Amino acid sequence: MSGDVIYQTEALIAEDIDAYLEQHQHKTMLRFITCGSVDDGKSTLIGRLLYDSKMIFEDQLAALETDSKKVGTQGQEIDFALLVDGLAAEREQGITIDVAYRFFNTEKRKFIVADCPGHEQYTRNMITGASTADLAVILIDARKGVLTQTRRHTYLCHLIGIRNIVLAVNKMDLVDYSQEVFDGIVADYAAFAKSIGIQDFTAMPISGFKGDNITTHSPNTHWYKGPTLVDHLETVEVITSQDQDKPFRMPVQWVNRPNLDFRGFSGLIATGSVKPGNAVRVLPSGKTSTVTRVVTLDGDLDEAVAGQSVTVCFADEIDCSRGDVISIADTPPQVADQFETTIVWLNDEPLHVGRAYWLKLATQTVSVTVQHPKYAVNVNTMEHIAVKTLDLNAIGVAEIATDRQIVFEPYEANRTLGGFILVDKLTNATVAAGMLHFSLRRAQNVHWQPTDVTRADHAKLKNQTPKVLWFTGLSGAGKSTIANEVEKRLAIMNRHTFLLDGDNVRHGLNKDLGFTEADRIENIRRVGEVAKLMVDAGLIVLTAFISPFRAEREMVRKMLGEGEFVEIYVDTPLEVAEARDVKGLYKKARSGQLKNFTGIDSPYEAPPAPEIRVNTAEMSAEEAAEYIIRQLMPLK
Amino acid sequence: MSDSTRTTLTHLQRLEAEAIHIMREVVAEAERPVMLYSVGKDSAVMLHLARKAFYPSPPPFPLLHVDTTWKFRDMYALRDRMANESGMELLVYHNPEAMERGINPFDHGALHTDMWKTEGLKQALDKWQFDAAFGGARRDEEKSRAKERIFSFRSASHGWDPKNQRPELWNLYNARKNKGESIRVFPISNWTELDVWQYIHLNQVPIVPLYFAEKRPTVERDGMLLMVDDERFPLRPGEVPVERSIRFRTLGCYPLTGAVESTASTLPQVIQETLLTTTSERQGRAIDKDAGGAGMEVKKQQGYF
Repeated sequence: MSGDVIYQTEALIAEDIDAYLEQHQHKTMLRFITCGSVDDGKSTLIGRLLYDSKMIFEDQLAALETDSKKVGTQGQEIDFALLVDGLAAEREQGITIDVAYRFFNTEKRKFIVADCPGHEQYTRNMITGASTADLAVILIDARKGVLTQTRRHTYLCHLIGIRNIVLAVNKMDLVDYSQEVFDGIVADYAAFAKSIGIQDFTAMPISGFKGDNITTHSPNTHWYKGPTLVDHLETVEVITSQDQDKPFRMPVQWVNRPNLDFRGFSGLIATGSVKPGNAVRVLPSGKTSTVTRVVTLDGDLDEAVAGQSVTVCFADEIDCSRGDVISIADTPPQVADQFETTIVWLNDEPLHVGRAYWLKLATQTVSVTVQHPKYAVNVNTMEHIAVKTLDLNAIGVAEIATDRQIVFEPYEANRTLGGFILVDKLTNATVAAGMLHFSLRRAQNVHWQPTDVTRADHAKLKNQTPKVLWFTGLSGAGKSTIANEVEKRLAIMNRHTFLLDGDNVRHGLNKDLGFTEADRIENIRRVGEVAKLMVDAGLIVLTAFISPFRAEREMVRKMLGEGEFVEIYVDTPLEVAEARDVKGLYKKARSGQLKNFTGIDSPYEAPPAPEIRVNTAEMSAEEAAEYIIRQLMPLK
Repeated sequence: MSDSTRTTLTHLQRLEAEAIHIMREVVAEAERPVMLYSVGKDSAVMLHLARKAFYPSPPPFPLLHVDTTWKFRDMYALRDRMANESGMELLVYHNPEAMERGINPFDHGALHTDMWKTEGLKQALDKWQFDAAFGGARRDEEKSRAKERIFSFRSASHGWDPKNQRPELWNLYNARKNKGESIRVFPISNWTELDVWQYIHLNQVPIVPLYFAEKRPTVERDGMLLMVDDERFPLRPGEVPVERSIRFRTLGCYPLTGAVESTASTLPQVIQETLLTTTSERQGRAIDKDAGGAGMEVKKQQGYF
């Protein structure tokens, strides 16, 4: 892409467009990110790459010249950074907030550059940009050397699995192209890189502003014998070609069934390759078959490889649907439900330990809970720090448990089967990204024990439909009193019941739990599990817990069968409950003796659509119980 | 497998695989997806990708054309042909208010785009309750698009909040949405204009003949070369249509889209001209010039696609 090359490319376009198209058609693609703050000249470097590769049109250039004078930071000279910072807020503040994607071509490759913000508060955006990159260019200001943010960016790139790292020591023009300065910085960086497990990187002295060693070797750095930045980008190996060497895996996205004669499984091949005649295994079921066809609109393929979207057909009618993974038969991936992971928290709302989130990995979506983090990593010092949860931009190691088994491989071996996102079940926001390291052995060794007397048998013996009557409401709302009244009436009707009371459970099963948010979530999870066992035993279970968080009540609802969870909202205004203050707790909370008290300094999330709602300001406990019984009829 | 037996995927093969993967994810996870179809070259590529993604099934969603009634005649012809060939249902929507008030590009300027396209699109999505709409926007088109996610969420009023976009990692798309929200999905986000042309060339994707140079009746007005496509084009006093060899780099409503003088009558010639040209693609459209550099960002916050 040197000056000469640009001239030749243009000449080729002008003189022989067919030859040019032929050349362009065979280009490969490299995705890379640039890291560093605006001060390091990151945006300037990208602007320079676009400019040198003629990816800026004349009208954009005219606008650039005007803007440079108006808001640029380079005096009267062209401020390439303005080409890149896209959002209005970014142009005003002179910073990069979100990832911007840019495109340019050379004779050998098409490039997609993710320009990532450098500030610590935008770690999540940087992770986003890095997740699809084959290579990272880490910029250093030659005047400043290796800084905290250099270390942070390097760590994050390494964490997300980028194996090609370019250390671009920028602004060499401002240190008189000194080899000594360059060597010193490279030595510093090498020491750090080694400490976090990076074996190899490519260092080069550049000036994005002046163009040194970007596309042509600079006469100012005669002592530098390595490649120019563009040379390196054009020749470095991309991940997808390495992925072809691994065993075949394809997560199934969609079952293609246009008519009774055709049944195919569509997906993007994650690793390896597939041919008709290959023996394959479908995970997690483990069923095997043989590939008969690899179908595309352009005709059947003799072979398809990692990175291609295809549809495959089998010789046998075996079960296979979205979420399953098709693998080569003899070396299938593992299946498990508990893992050690590294999690990057991406949301303003911190991690709730024990709460159920959605986990999406490849095409599998399951419910998952995260345990207390073992530690978090200080991204500036790499120190491990003890934490209770993960806040926005925090990176920590934690165990997770999924509600059913998933097909996976360690992230280090397979990005597609090892990388996941977590989604909040209520807000639907993507709250975290994570990487699976290994499964925990206990998951593999605990098997579900089938029993001969089924839950249906238990229910039949008791001549009733088992349910959980889940009473929720503020402290002092009257949950226990009403639940007790309901149970008395059910007993008279010869129903088999059991009442789980909040205070009583905390004397035994849950006496190790306090009242922090995480403990409250665990409290409800355990009660939910116990209630579920009792429902399996055929009982009508009544529970009286404040259970302030909607997410946990929904978690319990999902543990049970359709219609088995009856949410009863004991709706009492805070003033009324506080005025009753049977246990004197509100008084203590108001005076600050009691922390995390629901309604005072901890929220109560009212059910938006409970099955039954009773208002105790308007009816007595007996009236409420009668009303609930009427709503529950018939009980068989 | 050794290096020598590896299959090297070209950039277009990788981009195609990515787009197909995105379309299948949407079909698997959304309730009522739809593909916006504007009959331009990007739409042509999108439709072709959709046919590839689901072959041998027809794409399991309809095409939606939010029409202004002011498209070129050739565009309507290709639209109907392609819907027929692909076996997909074609939905055409006209904003009834714009229809009633006779909103047109000659008399109403920016209001024309706003009512027919921006409002029309919102109304159409609401009418059929689509929760995911495929669009052919690309990140290389414009600054604010360079920062937009592939799955881009819109509020119930179809607004875009650029500062509050969901993180989008690897190729894991979170298609879960809140009540009232809908998703715009851009499968060819990572394509450039050249990629689109090259793909059309390699796959022989049918496009509107207006992209190729031909002698057509034109008038020059306000620095733009306009084509007199039918009798609805009001000539100003003194204006006489002149036959010129012209073609279009982008296609919108005919008076809002300027033509360029050209002799490029084959696809390679068009690509050649595109590569050697010095004005960026959207410059032919008046729409982006409003509101300074942030024109498109503002339009999108208001609900423009």
